[in-house]
Formats: sequence, C-alpha cells, structure tokens
Amino acid sequence: MHLSPDQILYWQFGFVKLNATIVFTWGLMLVLALGSKLATRKLSDDVKPSRWQGVLEIIVLGIEKQIATVGLQDPRRYLGFLGTLFLFVAAASICTIIPGYEPPTGSLSTTVALALCVFVAVPIFGILGRGLRGYLKSYVQPTVIMLPFNIISEVSRTLALAVRLFGNMMSGTMILAILVSITPLLFPIVMTVLGLLTGIVQAYIFAILAAVYIAAVMRASEPDPGQEPTPAPEPGS
Amino acid sequence: MDDTTIIAATSIVIAGITTGFGTMGPALAEGRAVATALTSLAQQPDASATITRTLFVGLAMIESTAIYCFVVSMILIFANPFWNHYLAQAAGK
Repeated sequence: MHLSPDQILYWQFGFVKLNATIVFTWGLMLVLALGSKLATRKLSDDVKPSRWQGVLEIIVLGIEKQIATVGLQDPRRYLGFLGTLFLFVAAASICTIIPGYEPPTGSLSTTVALALCVFVAVPIFGILGRGLRGYLKSYVQPTVIMLPFNIISEVSRTLALAVRLFGNMMSGTMILAILVSITPLLFPIVMTVLGLLTGIVQAYIFAILAAVYIAAVMRASEPDPGQEPTPAPEPGS
Repeated sequence: MDDTTIIAATSIVIAGITTGFGTMGPALAEGRAVATALTSLAQQPDASATITRTLFVGLAMIESTAIYCFVVSMILIFANPFWNHYLAQAAGK
C-alpha cells in the first residue's frame, strides 16, 4: 500500500523520475485544454448554440457567479485563476471513476504547488488592485500589533489549504484500498460515490477559499482615509 | 521487547488514539454547525444560498482539523520516519 501516487514510478533516468502524479497531471491538463479547445472551435452567438458550447457557458457563468457572491467586483479578472483551480481539482477527483487512475491531488507535491499558486496570487491581485502601499497597509489593518499575526496567518493558511486537499483526497483512495481488501463487493462503490462528493466539495472549497483570501486583501484596504476604518472580517485558516 | 517492537507498538497505538480523539471535537463542532444552519434555513429560506455556501466553507474548515489528525496517523502507520531511521540504522550495523 502506498501513501501517494508519487511512489508509483513509470520511468526513471538518474534523478529524473516520471511518477504517476506527473503522468496523471499532464493527462488531465491535456484533456482539459484539448476539450475546451475542441468545444470552442466553432463558437456562435446563435439562438441555439452547440451542446458543448452550452456546457462550457454553464460552467464559466456558474464560476463567475460564485466569485461574485464572495464579494469580488469584476469577476472576469479572477475567472482565469480561480476557475482553473476549481476545474483542475474537480476534474482530478471526478476522474477517480476511471479504473487504474490515481488522483494527482492525492499527492502532497501537487496540493502544495496549488497552494503556493494561491500564496503568490493573493499579493499579485492585491498589488494590482490596490497598489503596493494599499496592499502593505492590509498587513497592519486593525493595528500595528497584528502585523506578525497577519504574516503567520498568510503562511499557515497556505499550509492548511495544501494539507486539507491532500488529506481529503488521500483518505479517499486509502479507505478505498482498505475496503477492497476487506469487502470487495459493493461497499467500495458506495465509498467511491462518497469520494466523488467530497472531491467536488473540496474543489469548491479550494477555489472559494482562494477567492475569499483575494477578497480579504482587496477589502482590507478599501475604507477611505476620511472615514473611520472598519476592520475587515479576517477568515481564519 | 527490542526497539523495533516498541516503535511499532507505540506507532500503531498512537495512530489509533490520534484519529479517535482528534475526530471527536470536529464531529461535535460539525453537528452544531449543521444544526444551526438548518435552524437558520428554516427561519430564512430566502437566504439559503448564502447560508449553504458559508456552511460548506465552515464545514471544510472544521473538518480540516480532523483531516490533520488523520494525516498524522497515516504518516505514523505508512511512512513512519522513526521506523525508517531505525531500519536504516539496523541495516548499517
């Protein structure tokens, strides 16, 4: 039994290793990119668009609406980043119904990479939206005393984001592997269905939390200098 | 008892205790959160979208503490650093 798909090696040359995580990640990227490329090949603003265009429109508009409900104005700016996060994590967990597939998000390397993307993207969006001064001001938001705690929370929530996704996906595959060895009939199917549900919920959570972090950094520096600053609700991690 | 047995036994026992105790708190907390959310849903069905979204985010936050315990016990069982260290030491001898 193995803890993560990192340990399944397909090919190795010196220190260059090709493990299941990389293979399935690139496979997913290929499927997602080619699928959207094929679906958007013949876009039309007809009254009756093609089926695939309809599906993609539903997905994109749904994500956009969810981003807007978090409190981010102009969701189109964040659609590329947050939508990619959601679609990748969701596709990674939906594909578990394919036999022989290991979700790449069940490896700590993948989830840490995704969390680091969020860790880098939050300051970028903050600086782009509010300017460097406005962004740095969000660190001393309620008072200056909170500065170290704000920095700690920045790091700890990244860690939490990575370990949460990893733990959920890893526990799914692990429980499945244990169940197959104990009760190979019927029960693994029930757990697979549950795993699909938690996978989708985790994908949603991951994208929504990234959106909430971005919204927090945008909102923290919003109040005008003339008014009394209202402390932004800081999401705990 | 030699060292190997002690390491193996403590790892297994602690792994069980970690998951057992670590899931108690989150279980109670999730129960409370869902119960409160259901009450507010019954009072304000119009706000169901907001309540459900906040509930899901909150549940994932609460659940992550249980997941941390699970990860720790999985590491203790399947990727125990002390066990590997001892095996490497024994092999080197």
